[in-house]
Amino acid sequence: MRIKWVECAALSVMAALSVMTGGGSWFLALALGVTLLKCLLIPTYHSTDFEVHRNWLAITHSLPISQWYYEATSEWTLDYPPFFAWFEYALSHVAKYFDQEMLNVHNLNYSSSRTLLFQRFSVIFTDALFVYAVHECCKCVDGKKACKELTEKPKFILSVLLLWNFGLLIVDHIHFQYNGFLFGLMLLSIARLFQKRHMEGAFLFAVLLHFKHIYLYVAPAYGIYLLRSYCFTANKPDGSIRWNSFSFVRLISLGLTVFLVSALSLGPFLALNQLPQVFSRLFPFKRGLCHAYWAPNFWAVYNALDKVLSVIGLQLKLLDPKKIPKASMTSGLVQQFQHTVLPSVTPLVTLICTLIAILPSIFCLWFKPQGPRGFLRCLILCALSSFMFGWHVHEKAILLAILPMSLLSVGKAGDASIFLILSTTGHYSLFPLLFTAPELPIKILLMLLFTIYSISSLKTLFRKEKPLFNWMETFYLLGLGPLEVFCEFVFPFTSWKLKYPFIPLLLTSVYCAVGITYAWFKLYVSVFTDPPVGKTKKQ
Amino acid sequence: MEKWYLMTAVVLLGLTVRWTVSLNSYSGAGKPPMFGDYEAQRHWQEITFNLPIKQWYFNSSDNNLQYWGLDYPPLTAYHSLLCAYVAQFINPDWIALHSSRGYESQAHKLFMRATVLIADLLIYIPAVVLHCCCLKEISTKKKIANALCILLYPGLILIDYGHFHLGLALWGVLGVSCDWDLLGSLAFCLAVNYKQMELYHSLPFFCFLLGKCFKKGLKGKGFVLFVKLAGTVVASFTLCWLPFFTERAQALQVLRRLFPVDRGLFEDKVANIWCSVSVFLKIKDILPHHVQIIVSFCLTLLSLLPACVKLTLQPSPKGFRFTLVSCALSFFLFSFQVHEKSILLVSLPVCLVLSEIPFMSTWFLLVSTFSMLPLLLKDDLLMPSVVTTMAFFIACATSFSIFEKTSEEELRLKSFSVSVRKHLPRFTFLPRIIQHLFIISVITMVLLTLMTVTLDPPQKLPDLFSVLISTELTSANPPLLLRKTGPELTSVPIFLYFICGTPTTAWCAKRCHVRTQDSNWQTPGRQSRTYT
Repeated sequence: MRIKWVECAALSVMAALSVMTGGGSWFLALALGVTLLKCLLIPTYHSTDFEVHRNWLAITHSLPISQWYYEATSEWTLDYPPFFAWFEYALSHVAKYFDQEMLNVHNLNYSSSRTLLFQRFSVIFTDALFVYAVHECCKCVDGKKACKELTEKPKFILSVLLLWNFGLLIVDHIHFQYNGFLFGLMLLSIARLFQKRHMEGAFLFAVLLHFKHIYLYVAPAYGIYLLRSYCFTANKPDGSIRWNSFSFVRLISLGLTVFLVSALSLGPFLALNQLPQVFSRLFPFKRGLCHAYWAPNFWAVYNALDKVLSVIGLQLKLLDPKKIPKASMTSGLVQQFQHTVLPSVTPLVTLICTLIAILPSIFCLWFKPQGPRGFLRCLILCALSSFMFGWHVHEKAILLAILPMSLLSVGKAGDASIFLILSTTGHYSLFPLLFTAPELPIKILLMLLFTIYSISSLKTLFRKEKPLFNWMETFYLLGLGPLEVFCEFVFPFTSWKLKYPFIPLLLTSVYCAVGITYAWFKLYVSVFTDPPVGKTKKQ
Repeated sequence: MEKWYLMTAVVLLGLTVRWTVSLNSYSGAGKPPMFGDYEAQRHWQEITFNLPIKQWYFNSSDNNLQYWGLDYPPLTAYHSLLCAYVAQFINPDWIALHSSRGYESQAHKLFMRATVLIADLLIYIPAVVLHCCCLKEISTKKKIANALCILLYPGLILIDYGHFHLGLALWGVLGVSCDWDLLGSLAFCLAVNYKQMELYHSLPFFCFLLGKCFKKGLKGKGFVLFVKLAGTVVASFTLCWLPFFTERAQALQVLRRLFPVDRGLFEDKVANIWCSVSVFLKIKDILPHHVQIIVSFCLTLLSLLPACVKLTLQPSPKGFRFTLVSCALSFFLFSFQVHEKSILLVSLPVCLVLSEIPFMSTWFLLVSTFSMLPLLLKDDLLMPSVVTTMAFFIACATSFSIFEKTSEEELRLKSFSVSVRKHLPRFTFLPRIIQHLFIISVITMVLLTLMTVTLDPPQKLPDLFSVLISTELTSANPPLLLRKTGPELTSVPIFLYFICGTPTTAWCAKRCHVRTQDSNWQTPGRQSRTYT
């Protein structure tokens, strides 16, 4: 344990010395600052995801490949794509120098202090990729607005918004997950598309898909954009497609890249004839419509409406109390849930809803191409739409929309306003992830830090344009404060605590669902009403 | 202020860092029978809550003074009482008489940490923010950077984290330098009544205010001001001590508890002059006890006199801050029975001059944190201390770009080098030397930290490690060693010499200190030497 600390110290010293010689590079200072903050978060609470990843370390280290997707000693079976398994395999070879015991499959819930340090530091170190990706993204932001003040430069604001992102900090470094480097891969591939290095971008995204399949949500945007703006090399003057400019070479090279990456990832399992087993692990449709805590999406509102209707129905004696299923959806244990009044939802329905929600943005990307920015909008819309209507969505998935949205936010006042609503409500909806008392001040302080900074800095950036929020939005955002006070400080002391323990979660998810739906709606409207800037630019 | 949001962000960041550090272990966690400072604080709550005020400072069957007896001034006791009322409301077990001894639980830790955070939030942080806003002649951005650095100063965060009394003292400084003399003196009196160590700062306060009175003319406005100030001081002291004035014995007993002169010249490993000298000369064995007291008293007085005289004659807020530094330092270096945590009392005024001499202040603050490393190691706080020190260093390096500010003017060494150049015309290499010294000292600190952590000394020879370091230093670099112990002996003449330039005095004292810090490691006996 001590040795690890020393390594950390030595590394940071070297890094600090490089800051020193670099004459105070602000980007490095920001990155190092947040890294140090992450180090401080090491002793905080960690969720069961910690044990999940420890178990995967043990599985990949001690079992042959053929067993990886069959092993079921722990309830936390391997359910990420093969690249992530290989990633854990690589980590396990470092882990054995820390504590051999954590690599034992039967050592359930093992968490020695060395294990803790190793796992936490593995997240912190792999975040280096994220930092690099943010650095690349900052290059893509055009510094048209020449500001003297460093703190008012779009680049500076963007790097703070990304590096110090509240959601990423608490999900990765308190709750424990490896989102940092995955989002790093995504941002890097976006940056490559901005830099017109399409092949690289496609390659990175293909790799990313085989790390974590949740990124399938945004795959349509990638597919259509690459097809439309890369495989077709030219447009007609009015911006519509010119069919004869289609380049087969480009299409084939794209296809080959994706195929090779997939072959590398899934090939071994195909050879072992295990592909069905792998897929059954990756897509567990047996889980319920909503996670134990409802992610703030359309279904949360739907469920809440159902609850309200059933209560009303009971009051008015329209419903027979005996027919009402006892299971309460937010109690945390029940995954399958029968709606009482409204029709129950099946996976197929959610899939159709998602597709319908995604389609307009895809059409927009195809018929009204606006360059990389248009692609980015479409990507965010895909992520948000899947979040809104997806099956068994985690509240953490909102980061998939918030992080790319940061890129847009420093470009235009309208986008900044959407970003602020989305990020504030989205981040607030992550609060239930941390429910222990010692972490309460941390989450509130960090949330305030990020929210106040993002709102004020973007307001300063766009101070010459119309105000970012109208009175309704301001009122809604301010309402989060009283909601938090009620849920965390008032409710535990009321008599409802025992009778209706789910009320704070219900309120939080429904309240946030309103904001996120609003942001989604507003973004859609802006995509359709915005003048196509890209059209004139492209020619 | 248009940049209010950045200031808010800075404050929030400071609070977050404080809270995350507080999640770590505390002094004396799970170490019966005495536990540590944490238990002392809890015990005071127990005592003040359960016993009548007359018995707080007296030994009795209910109040064993050997077990963390109350040895702070009344205001601390009142604060403990206030916390105790809150504790009583949450969980009476925490402060039950006798039975709560050594009480430890997760919830209680949270409570104790919260009391510190709240005190910090109410007193220290507003003071820092206001101080930075009141600084003149620097841009808004610099003010914010300054606040960031002060709030991130690791020594304070790490030790106990966040001290109430320092906050009060800062209010005093603020009040005085912003011309709100009465508020300043009131705040300072409260600070003294909170912790007697605050007396380190009392002379500059006294001299500055006296100088102000002189300046206004002793017969007219100055006298009125003087009377007002004296009234404030007397009133605030009376208020704090009111319950103890009923009997003579009460007040005397409190005083005896506050100033335990019978403890010894220095405790195990303090980086002050007595400790350094005793490497060569066992003062403790040579001189009798009362002579030690007199000698240390005289030396202290002698060393801080020049700066104070200068301040009285020419009072200015800037000079006041520098005098605070140099007085606190002379107390730390020369006075009797100094604890290593007392370096915080020097660090605080140094934080105040951070924007004026960024390079030297950063250096000093880094070294002062480093000097508390043994203490922090004992409490298992290595990780947070390394991390916060790095963060502080990065914050200072980026916000002040300290390495570009090492010219003679910026180090406030102009007068010194000019006068040396009269005798040595080619004396122009000072800034470069200082830069090199800085880098050497940082590298030494890093190396020493690494070695302390990695190389566990054999069980039977706990001293081996520090002896090794000292011999290594001696053999490798005798001139360096000489320089390291030399300046302390000459610092009195240096003080006298620089009577005309208070800033320089402060700097010199600091230079000496920086060297003394390292001599910490030359004293044989890492854990064994406890002179009681």
